[in-house]
Amino acid sequence: MSDLTKLTLAQTRDAMRKGDTSSAEVTGAYSKEVEASGALNAYVEGTLNIAADQAKAADQRIAEGDAPDMCGIPLGIKDLFCTKGVKSQAASGILDGFKPEYESTVTSKLFDAGAVMLGKLNMDEFAMGSSNETSVYGNVVNPWKVDDRDLTPGGSSGGSAAAVAADLCVAATGTDTGGSIRQPAAFTGITGIKPTYGRVSRWGIVAFASSLDQAGPMTKDVRDAAIMLEAMCGHDPKDSTSADLPVPNFEAALTGDIKGKTIGIPKEYRMDGMSAEIEKLWSDGTEMLKDAGAEIKDISLPHTKYALPAYYVIAPAEASSNLARYDGVRFGHRAKLDAGDGITEMYEKTRAEGFGAEVQRRVMVGTYVLSAGFYDAYYNRARKVRALIKQDFEKVFADGVDAILTPATPSAAFGLGENMDPIQMYLNDVFTVTVNLAGLPGIAIPAGLDASGLPLGLQLIGRPWEEGDLLNVAYSLERAAGFVAKPDKWW
Amino acid sequence: MLDLTYDAPAPKTIAGATSDWELVIGLEVHAQVATKAKLFSGASTLFGAEPNSNVAFVDAGMPGMLPVINEGCVEQAVRTGLGLKAEINLNSAFDRKNYFYPDLPQGYQISQLYHPIVGEGEVLVEMGDGTARVVRIERIHLEQDAGKSIHDMDPHMSFVDLNRTGVALMEIVSRPDIRGPEEAAAYVGKLRQIMRYLGTCDGNMQNGNLRADVNVSVCKPGDYEKYQETQDFSHLGTRCEIKNMNSMRFIQMAIEVEARRQIALIEDGQEVVQETRLYDPDKNETRSMRSKEEAHDYRYFPDPDLLPLEIEQAWVEDIAASLPELPDAKKSRFMADFGLSDYDASVLTAEAENAAYFEAVAEGRDGKLAANWVINELFGRLKKDDDKGITDSPVTADQLGGIIALIKSGDISGKIAKDLFEIVYTEGGDPAQIVEERGMKQVTDTGAIETALDEIIAANPAQVEKAKVNPKLAGWFVGQVMKATGGKANPAIVNQLIQGKLGL
Repeated sequence: MSDLTKLTLAQTRDAMRKGDTSSAEVTGAYSKEVEASGALNAYVEGTLNIAADQAKAADQRIAEGDAPDMCGIPLGIKDLFCTKGVKSQAASGILDGFKPEYESTVTSKLFDAGAVMLGKLNMDEFAMGSSNETSVYGNVVNPWKVDDRDLTPGGSSGGSAAAVAADLCVAATGTDTGGSIRQPAAFTGITGIKPTYGRVSRWGIVAFASSLDQAGPMTKDVRDAAIMLEAMCGHDPKDSTSADLPVPNFEAALTGDIKGKTIGIPKEYRMDGMSAEIEKLWSDGTEMLKDAGAEIKDISLPHTKYALPAYYVIAPAEASSNLARYDGVRFGHRAKLDAGDGITEMYEKTRAEGFGAEVQRRVMVGTYVLSAGFYDAYYNRARKVRALIKQDFEKVFADGVDAILTPATPSAAFGLGENMDPIQMYLNDVFTVTVNLAGLPGIAIPAGLDASGLPLGLQLIGRPWEEGDLLNVAYSLERAAGFVAKPDKWW
Repeated sequence: MLDLTYDAPAPKTIAGATSDWELVIGLEVHAQVATKAKLFSGASTLFGAEPNSNVAFVDAGMPGMLPVINEGCVEQAVRTGLGLKAEINLNSAFDRKNYFYPDLPQGYQISQLYHPIVGEGEVLVEMGDGTARVVRIERIHLEQDAGKSIHDMDPHMSFVDLNRTGVALMEIVSRPDIRGPEEAAAYVGKLRQIMRYLGTCDGNMQNGNLRADVNVSVCKPGDYEKYQETQDFSHLGTRCEIKNMNSMRFIQMAIEVEARRQIALIEDGQEVVQETRLYDPDKNETRSMRSKEEAHDYRYFPDPDLLPLEIEQAWVEDIAASLPELPDAKKSRFMADFGLSDYDASVLTAEAENAAYFEAVAEGRDGKLAANWVINELFGRLKKDDDKGITDSPVTADQLGGIIALIKSGDISGKIAKDLFEIVYTEGGDPAQIVEERGMKQVTDTGAIETALDEIIAANPAQVEKAKVNPKLAGWFVGQVMKATGGKANPAIVNQLIQGKLGL
């Protein structure tokens, strides 16, 4: 078959099952693409030998006829996932050379289902960033370009987004703490879903902010997201925050029928200075859902404006504690010490050398907001705001809203190096952080192009544990939007 | 059952240069929870393993690893709380206490600051002199132990052993109700006793499985009463915390020397600075552990990796129903049922195994006699025999009971019983059979004793005359009869006959 790397996950699965192609063939085609993709800097560690072996084993399972959906599907894995025996550094210098002795629950599930690992994907260091510029491996370049300008793929799952958009893998794993799946998905014209907090096990994923982190799939379309999410989900006794709930067949939920569903349009998401393009995208999306038979309802989520500041207190607070283990004692980087240096100098030098500027900034912010005398003013207040934001959503869902439609990002992808002010950078998460704070499922899908031809995404927010319904609304919107654009291959 | 009621002991008073001073002491006791696995990992808690062999990935703080609560540790904490008559909190939560140290791989200790699993309780601390202090427990929380840093193995390197990292501890926090060094040691002893009864902590202080941080302050007579009335701590002096004490003796010495240090400071016009201190037993002094600029801000916050800990009342009730009889109840029952003294009852209930042994001996027999034999003969003999414990006793409760039965029936005298005990101790065997086989039975046949006595009287007329003048000399005849009968004559009958024959 030609153009194997253009197929979706579902198409690849079906073609392999029919015998039209094999995992070995597909994996070979992607391997070539990976090897030729250096200019994008999406992969930071290739595992093509592992992939070839996995593909072989997958083909045998497919031949035996009992292959799960993910069997033989070549994936890229975000560097935040610990993969046994394969370098897993969370794109940080402090985990220099770290090869875990264990496999994350998510990657275990995927590989047990027969998925193939092409390599580890670039990301913002410790998933802290919205442009993939904080990685120790250097920035990822968005496969989409305007006038030869290098653009960000977004972050933190920038490598995952770029790899899927550039057909360097069928699909990729991502993680989302404040928008790290949905924002890069929107910037690269692909689909990304962050499931309900507790849906996917966090075990073996390097922690950023434990109460917000969730892994999810980044895929070429909604059907692929449904298939891959199902393979990633499930109760894990090794993660105390993992929910003991059955995993539905998400693909079966994709009927495209959303008649009678109520879609909420939150007025607080209409920000001052929102670009006309984003506004039009949003109203176009609203119309599409309406045309598909959904009822449109104006809703209010009154505490939305406090979400970003609350997020930038809670996430750094948790991060400052989660990242304390990177101390040079047991693994990763340890600074060279001078004569007379003691344990304090070892900590200070190791962490100063090993962590990048953004990680250091957040560790300091987090340390500050938890410190004596400031805890109540910052951390505790942020927790209260978080509870109010959650209540906002609970109220509208109780009032009969099935899903909420918002823009995914305030703009299309911006140029690399353009957004150097941290506060400006944090504003990228303005539409996405509320979802993490409330623990809800959220999905970003491409819905149009801006004037310069860059993809723009819409976000749908669902009821907790109702990813199936959410995916179905997204599926309906995807069909109506008919987004088919692909970046021109320049790399 | 008797109610154990005691007067409170007098507070320890130290005479200073300007006035008398009283001591105020509160303890934070860290008790290692007796479980096979650690608080949040499946790694073993076995003491004495090769360094770094009992370490799960999560204990070592590896990236992406997550804690999962060990239900067994929760159950032991609840059991301990119930044993200390404390309130059990059905909803509790874990917090992170953040600080850097090489033997703390995560960079934080998981503890329970805001919502501990056990609330207020109390402990009766007997002082052995007829007084006892009721010490209020403020709370018990579960937390992780740290590992061990070893700085003296190499001139340039430090080593870390993570075997202990993540082992479950119960921190038992008392109110400042303890008023002297002896009370502090007795309090730790009582906690240890209760937890050993419960099976929730082995109480091994040498291995560090039970250790205490001791808060000491001094105040002038009368001030403590003002604190009691108002619960206002400002009536008390500034306290210092002496960390990590794992010997009852050192706890007492440290309190004494720290109190004297504080008194000297105050009387010299200086202030006591609130700080943590270490006790140096070699120099018998306490030293400041860290300077003010290094004072820790632990940045406690709820651990986001763990859900709030919710337990059910029914489960707590099941645990309550399974509690063994505890030391206070057992002691008062022994006093009531066996007529034992407070002292004997205390000695016998010090360890659950001792109490069980005693009960088996005393069952259906003379309780006081049984107590005397267990405490004086058996414990004394075990002590001489390499300080053996009751569980290693070569004499079973059945055997000792058999000896006591033989005394009670008059088959053997108390003196012969001691010989018999030694035979049973060293050679084993059924006491009744030994007595039979070796002819140790007491001679109660008056005729036989009379014959022997008559012969002695006939042979010693001078002694007879002396004894008639001085009846105290009758003892000589007792000895002679015993000698003649190989010690088997019933002493009561011998005495009776001598009295009659000599007309005393």
